[in-house]
Amino acid sequence: MKSDVVLEESMHLDFLEEIYSIPGGEKIKDCIQCGTCSGSCPTSYVMDYTPRKVFAMIRAGMRDEVLSCNTLWLCTSCYSCYVRCPQDIKITDIMYALKRISIKDGKYPKGSDAQELSKMFTHIVNKYGRNHELELIQRYFLKTKPLKLLQNIPIGLKLLTHGRLPLLPTKIRNISQLQKIIRKAKSLGGF
Amino acid sequence: MEELVYSYYPGCSLEATSKAYDRSTRAVAERLGIRLIELEDWNCCGATAYMSVQELLSFAISARNLALAEQYGRPLVTPCAACFTTLNKTNTYLAEFPKLKEQIDEILDEGGLTYNGTIQVRHLLSVFTQDVGTEAIQAKAKRDLRGLKVACYYGCQIVRPLHEFDDPEMPTTMDTLFEQLGAEAVYFPMKAKCCGGSLIGSTEDVALRLIKNILLCADQYEADCIVTACPLCQINLDAYQERVCRQYNLNFQIPILFFTQLIGLAFGVPNEDLGLRTNIVPAKPLLEKYQALLERK
Repeated sequence: MKSDVVLEESMHLDFLEEIYSIPGGEKIKDCIQCGTCSGSCPTSYVMDYTPRKVFAMIRAGMRDEVLSCNTLWLCTSCYSCYVRCPQDIKITDIMYALKRISIKDGKYPKGSDAQELSKMFTHIVNKYGRNHELELIQRYFLKTKPLKLLQNIPIGLKLLTHGRLPLLPTKIRNISQLQKIIRKAKSLGGF
Repeated sequence: MEELVYSYYPGCSLEATSKAYDRSTRAVAERLGIRLIELEDWNCCGATAYMSVQELLSFAISARNLALAEQYGRPLVTPCAACFTTLNKTNTYLAEFPKLKEQIDEILDEGGLTYNGTIQVRHLLSVFTQDVGTEAIQAKAKRDLRGLKVACYYGCQIVRPLHEFDDPEMPTTMDTLFEQLGAEAVYFPMKAKCCGGSLIGSTEDVALRLIKNILLCADQYEADCIVTACPLCQINLDAYQERVCRQYNLNFQIPILFFTQLIGLAFGVPNEDLGLRTNIVPAKPLLEKYQALLERK
C-alpha cells in the first residue's frame, strides 16, 4: 500500500513540475476552480473535459487522462480565458505546454491529428525560414485525411485563381543562421 | 510632425493568402506619410503552431526577428494579428523572465546576434490610431464613407493576451476610425470572438460553427461588410463563407475586407492597389453601393 502512495506522489510531482517549468507556470497552484476559463472558452462545448476540469486533473496527477483528452487540441489560442482568469494564470500557455508534453509522449486523443498540423508547420519553417501555406495544407491533408484534401480542392482553386496561393515557397537568405539558432535551442533542451 | 518610420514585418501570410493586406497596407501607409521599411531577412514568427511543438525554439526564432530589428532601432510594426501577439509576447516574456532571457541570449549568440530588449512591437492598427490618429487619417480621405455600414471585427490576437492599445473584450479603435471616416460602425457583439483559427484545418466543424456565429451577427445588424485586421480571420470568414452557408442552410454574401482596404477606398486608392479582386466573396456589391452613394452626394 505504502509504495502505491509514493508512486502517486511522484507522478503528481513530475507532471506539475513540467508545468511549473514554463514561464509563469507555477501560477497553476493558485487555481481556485472558479470555472471562468470554461465559461469563456469558445470550444468548451465539444471538449472531453472543460479547462477548469483539466486544471483540477493536472493537480491530481491524472497525466494520461489529461494528455489523451481532446481539450488541448481544441484550444484555438483565443486567449479569452487568459485575460479573464482572476488568478492571472497564463492558461493558454499551459495548454501549449500540455500539447508539447502530449507530442513528446506520443499520447493523443483517438482520431486526433491537429498535432500533425503543428508538427508540419515547424518542419516547413525550419526548412525555409518561412511558412509555405500550400505545402503545409497539402502535406497535412495527404498524411491525415486525403479525402478532405479532395473536398478542399474547390476552396484551394478559388484561392489559386484569386492569386492567393503561391506555388513556390520563399526561403530566407540567412537560413544557416536560423538553423544554427534552432540547433542550439534544441541542444538546450526544454520541451 | 516628425516623420513616422518603422521596421515593417509583413509575416508569411502577407506574402501569400493575404497579399492584398500587404498591398493595401503599403498603399495606405504611403498616403499617410508613414515609412515602412521591410525588416531585412525576417523569418516566420512561429505563430500558434510552433509553440505547440517546442517552446524554447519558438521563443528563439521569434527573438531572431527582434534582434534583427534592434540593429535599426525602429519600432517593429506588423499588420498580422498572430505575428503581433507572438513577437510581442516573446518581447514581454524576455523582459519578465530572466531565465528565459539568459537562454535566448545564449541561443542568439550562436547565430552571431544579440538582443537587448529595446524594440517595441506594434500592431498596424495601433500605429494608425495612436501614432497617426483618426483625425489625421480623416484629413487624408478624398471622400467619406457615409452610408456604409461596417462591422469591425478584431478577432483575438490583436487585443489578447497583451491588451496594450484596446480593450480585450470590447475593443473600439477600429470602430472609432471608421466612424471618423463617415461610415456607420454597427453594433457587433461578436467583434472580439474567435473565428476558430487553425481549427479550420484540423477540426473543421467546430471552426465553421464559430465562423457562422460571427457572420450571422454581422448579417443581423445589416452590415455591408466586415473589416478585419487579421489574415487568418479574413480567410476563414471569406473563403469558408460559402461552406458555412451550405452547412447551416443560410444565405448571405458578406464581403470581408482588410481594414486597410476600406481606408484605401476612402483615400481614393485605385482598386488594383488594394487587391480587392483577391477577395473570395466579391467586394463588387459593396463598391457599387458605395459608388451610388457617392453619386447621390
